[in-house]
Amino acid sequence: MAKDDFEVPKLPTYLEIPEIQEGIMDGKGPFKSVEEFQAPLGFPGEKVKNWQEVAINKMGELKSKYRSVQVFLDACVKCGACTDKCHYFLGSSDPKNMPVARQDLFRSVYRRHFTFAGKYFPKLVGAKELDDAMLDDWYNYFHQCSQCRRCSVFCPYGIDTAEISMAAREVMDAVGVGQKYCNQILGKAITVGNNLGLPEPALRDTLLDLEEEIEEETGVAVKYPLDQKGAEILLITPSADFFAEPHIDGLIGYGKVFHQDGVTWTMSSYASEGANFGMFIGSYDIMRKAALRIRKAALDLEVSRVMVGECGHAWRVAYSFWNTLSGVGAGANSSDEHAMKLQKQLDSRYPQPQHIIEYTHDLIQRDKLKFDKSANDDRTVTFHDSCNVARATNMGGIPNGQFILPREVLKAVCNNYVDMERSTIMESTFCCGGGGGLLTDDLMEIRIKGAMPRMQALKEVEKTDAVDTLVAICAICKSQFSKVLPKFDFDPYMIVSAHQLVSEAIIMDKPETDNSDAEVAEETETTEAE
Amino acid sequence: MSVVSTFFTALFYISLVIFVVGMARKIYQYWITPAPLKIPTAPTPLTQTGVVMRMAREVVLFESLFKSNKWTWLFGWLFHIGLALVLIRHARYFWPGDLPEIFLLVQPFKYAAFAMVIGLIGLIGRRIAVERIRYISAPSDYLMLILILVIGISGVVMTFTSNHTDVIMVKQFASGLLTFNWANLPTEVHFLVHIFLAFALLAIFPISKLLHVPGVFFSPTRNQVDDARKKRHISPWALKQEQEQEVRLNETLGKDE
Ligand code: SF4
Ligand code: SF4
Repeated sequence: MAKDDFEVPKLPTYLEIPEIQEGIMDGKGPFKSVEEFQAPLGFPGEKVKNWQEVAINKMGELKSKYRSVQVFLDACVKCGACTDKCHYFLGSSDPKNMPVARQDLFRSVYRRHFTFAGKYFPKLVGAKELDDAMLDDWYNYFHQCSQCRRCSVFCPYGIDTAEISMAAREVMDAVGVGQKYCNQILGKAITVGNNLGLPEPALRDTLLDLEEEIEEETGVAVKYPLDQKGAEILLITPSADFFAEPHIDGLIGYGKVFHQDGVTWTMSSYASEGANFGMFIGSYDIMRKAALRIRKAALDLEVSRVMVGECGHAWRVAYSFWNTLSGVGAGANSSDEHAMKLQKQLDSRYPQPQHIIEYTHDLIQRDKLKFDKSANDDRTVTFHDSCNVARATNMGGIPNGQFILPREVLKAVCNNYVDMERSTIMESTFCCGGGGGLLTDDLMEIRIKGAMPRMQALKEVEKTDAVDTLVAICAICKSQFSKVLPKFDFDPYMIVSAHQLVSEAIIMDKPETDNSDAEVAEETETTEAE
Repeated sequence: MSVVSTFFTALFYISLVIFVVGMARKIYQYWITPAPLKIPTAPTPLTQTGVVMRMAREVVLFESLFKSNKWTWLFGWLFHIGLALVLIRHARYFWPGDLPEIFLLVQPFKYAAFAMVIGLIGLIGRRIAVERIRYISAPSDYLMLILILVIGISGVVMTFTSNHTDVIMVKQFASGLLTFNWANLPTEVHFLVHIFLAFALLAIFPISKLLHVPGVFFSPTRNQVDDARKKRHISPWALKQEQEQEVRLNETLGKDE
């Protein structure tokens, strides 16, 4: 657990590489998980007796199941190119937060047990035993990695500390040393269907309230359908979207866009969550379990499209892993019964799954949406590329689409858009500091320190361009920023969803003077349906 | 044959066997270890050609390293390119019989030895001088650089100072190793140091961080095509697990079952 009395880092004019301060972030790590949260996931409730043996066996298993782990453990040359790339190192100066040093916590044990040099010349190659002190370091420092993959962009071999951090967490879970925040949430996700544990009635109430609110405000009856069988689109969004600001304003935006397009859509009470914390703890199986709920919802509701709301790691899991985990995607082998069933049902004219930004962007391109950009004239907007979206996914099927599409959507709905410094955005984006299962109060110190580099870049555009609005398309970024912005003297409400700006600028169904027949027909249809 | 020559001849074959067997095993291990998930890192190529181009830029130009740190890139690249050129030139020693004309062209590659040495000195200097890099260095990291540096310097001394070695003898020895016509080797100390360390390097290759050489080609973040939505990517163990779990999962999952 973090100390309470830490200093909030000062924002420097230029981001400098800090002098290392050994041990400054030493600690016991986040709250440990207990039996109650461990058991449903199939992990031991407390540290098992022969934990070292179990851990080493697990390491052996992981390195034979994951090429990434095996190659990354062997290939690092300690060139140091990654050392100054992690926002947690930049913000905390703890050398164990340098990506290579973080990996070395794991690698030194790998060397000791799995390599010739480490077995016979441990001192020479820096091989170490997995003892209690080492396990403490693992628990502490692998929970100071948001698995943002920034280090991977800069490593000459693409070594991705996130993969090592996932492996380490998987080993720790296997010996019964789990993290409370992630594991508690996962329990809810795979039994109730969302991370907040919202049951169907609560969800339905929330959505009804939302409909009323929007109708009152705009006079338009935007619907938020739940469990509507036969709808075209199934929307999977982070459950944060259902209840809190700024998230819910994004949900309002999605609804308005769907409404304007006149498409049928639904959410599912069985699988109402997009965020998949299975990735954070490195568990393929649990990640798959959560993904299978979505597959089942898609099959049961007979939808032809699956769409994902604004959430970074939800999108990473959806875009990169759903096809693997559950067959939401295309191109399954015809003998692949499991995936074929779903892939036949999905409409192959659309990418599956599709991101809500891709959808809105496409409608904008086809002139299906009208905006009054001046509605956002009171803002000067910048965009925070969320790590998982930026470094692990694509949008629109064009190279670098994940950087281009969100910006094009923003530029279509507001007049004042500025980018932060190039080395802090796009593939080099700085993490918000709260990803990877770190979004818990017991990790506040590292969250604040890790946010420093992002805040520094933001401060720059605040100074030069009077930026007052920060847009993110990730639920974790939004929650994290709401908390840390005030620590750095920013307005906590300056963080908004991309679809909030869409929502504010979108012109809803006002009858045009030059209505084409098609539009009139569409309108009558909607009215009849209501 | 002299004792020294016998020793070095034996050392060569032992090192070579360790190298070949060790590397083959490692490459085989990388090959059979599945990459169960699509994890390419941006900026990601959407096509196979794109991946090949990306890999080529990484291997030849050290693109990512260039983005990370210009000094490390400069020294690292000088060293590697110098080494590559010098190695090409070394083929003349192993070539049995008269040299084909082409070797005239690679003759100037001997100057690349300087690039190599400068690069190595830069890398060692960096490791000592920069606190962060000193922190992450194990003794073997220094040793490896020093080892290669000594090989490089002993080579430079032989080539560019008056401490020449009998090139004819070197050629007889080296090409003899390949054609099994074993011959005596020159016994100047520079030369012995040079080849002893070179052979030793060959032997430690498969158990050291030099595994970055095959590793770079197997790195999933760099060698994967970003086509996760278009093609189902599933590893053998995951597929097996999926089939086994199908029934069980249907039972354990969900409220309405
Ligand atoms: S950049 Fe890559 S090779 Fe260099 S120290 Fe970092 S992880 Fe190791
Ligand atoms: S937080 Fe990001 S940059 Fe830092 S070590 Fe983890 S993956 Fe790398």
